[in-house]
Amino acid sequence: MSHGLLLTFEITILVLAIFLGFEVVSKVPPLLHTPLMSGTNAIHGIVIVGAMLVAGADHKDTLTTIIGLVAVVLASANVVGGFVVTDRMLEMFKKREPREPDP
Amino acid sequence: MSREATNLLYLVTIVTFVLALRFLSNPATARRGNQIGAVGMLIAIVVTFAQDAIMSYWEIGAGMAVGGTFGAVAARKVRMTAMPQMVALFNGVGGGAAALISLAEFHNLAPDPGTLQTDISTSIMLSAIIGSISFAGSMIAFAKLQELIGGRPIVYPLQQATNALLFAAVLAAGIAIAAGAEQQWLIWAVVLGSLLFGVLFVLPIGGADMPVVISLLNAFTGLAAAATGFELENNVLIVSGMLVGASGTMLTILMGRAMNRSITNVLFGAFGQLAPSAAAAAGGSTDGQVRSASAEDVAVMLAYAHKVVVVPGYGMAVAQAQHDVRALADLLESRGVEVSYAIHPVAGRMPGHMNVLLAEANVPYPQLKEMDDANNEFPRTDVALVIGANDVVNPDARNNHGSPIYGMPILNVDQSQQVVVLKRSMNPGFAGVENPLFLNPKTVMLFGDAKESVEKLASSVKAV
Repeated sequence: MSHGLLLTFEITILVLAIFLGFEVVSKVPPLLHTPLMSGTNAIHGIVIVGAMLVAGADHKDTLTTIIGLVAVVLASANVVGGFVVTDRMLEMFKKREPREPDP
Repeated sequence: MSREATNLLYLVTIVTFVLALRFLSNPATARRGNQIGAVGMLIAIVVTFAQDAIMSYWEIGAGMAVGGTFGAVAARKVRMTAMPQMVALFNGVGGGAAALISLAEFHNLAPDPGTLQTDISTSIMLSAIIGSISFAGSMIAFAKLQELIGGRPIVYPLQQATNALLFAAVLAAGIAIAAGAEQQWLIWAVVLGSLLFGVLFVLPIGGADMPVVISLLNAFTGLAAAATGFELENNVLIVSGMLVGASGTMLTILMGRAMNRSITNVLFGAFGQLAPSAAAAAGGSTDGQVRSASAEDVAVMLAYAHKVVVVPGYGMAVAQAQHDVRALADLLESRGVEVSYAIHPVAGRMPGHMNVLLAEANVPYPQLKEMDDANNEFPRTDVALVIGANDVVNPDARNNHGSPIYGMPILNVDQSQQVVVLKRSMNPGFAGVENPLFLNPKTVMLFGDAKESVEKLASSVKAV
């Protein structure tokens, strides 16, 4: 596939992702806006994929490797922290606490 | 692993992320969604490890262990009241990672002339700029929320001119890169300039505007991740980044709307600085008397009410009074009083802040009412109990054209039979705006620390 054709596919995917993003996110109630924010925080931790590719590639100099590894560290903090904190938050949202039986 | 298999597995990750967001539309399924997203992330990481291009497993593994441990420990230890700064921190490191990736990519690719195609160099400069701004801006937001630096706006002469010049310079260097200039110092200039701009642009923004800023920085990191996807020709980064970008953008718009302010005004207005003069100009509504009451008086009022609506604000978060509020509500409910909570979208320091705090205190979420629902209930409410909220219940936003917050949608607590305001002192709120609610004949004030006041109320209700 030519480079230009690949780019047009990427742009197509980008534009569709924008619409998809607004579509799913607009259904999230204000009640869950904080978990939405921290959940999307975890999702942008996907830069870890980029960080791994950059850090792991065969490099001409050490500087690139070091920068790549720092990116891996930051991105893993982002991924793990983001998912764990969101899980902690969502665990707290309960309809009714179990110890209170309905009369 | 072949490129085809890789991309199909990345598609699985994309689907899990979309499901994670989809499941967030209902609090009952939200947690499951987040776990599905985490599994998707794990798939992406494993697939990336299996790439032929990856040479150094041990170094990457070590880096992941260091970052992951830090993230897990921080996420486990953080108190719910400190959640805004935690969100800012994780947002910042993501942006930082995106910026570093583009730095490394440029460093690696640029030395051979002609290897960088325009779209690659453009996305490198975009993710360098946006990622660096997001990193530095989030760190300043973190420092402000953690109170390492003052929450008040920091302003100095020619601030906006300086920022504009700096941004223009960064942009010029970026455009040079996109146009094919491949000197290494250019990318460093872009990154360092963007970092400085990120710092300078968040410094003048005050604490109460943090919900807008955090949402915007969230969108920035998403966009930086998407730009990184173009740079590495990687779909999973493009789609995931854009999902986050859409979410952050939507939250930014919603928060701006909830304050009746344009995003430009929030970002460049340095609100707290301008407000006092405007408030003075709007004066005249300050006649009237403030009535203060004892905890016993208020307790009687609450105990004999049919319906009480609690209106929490940042003051409740600062005093960490959410558990005591819940205990008071339990007491009232055991006496047959109907209790609910009215949540303003910008109460606190990030979108939905109050919901998380009250959920932590085991308040069942059906009792947490959004602004419109709550406003329908106030006319039927006996007592509105305002705990550490100020601007979001200020009737001037509805009535006084001269008020700096005029037009902001508020919780109409003054429509309930009686209003009790728990407040530290008569000092005006963040924006320095007078609040005529405090002078309303329906209103009584209960001065003191929110936590202590609520504790006293609870013990007095027991004694009634």
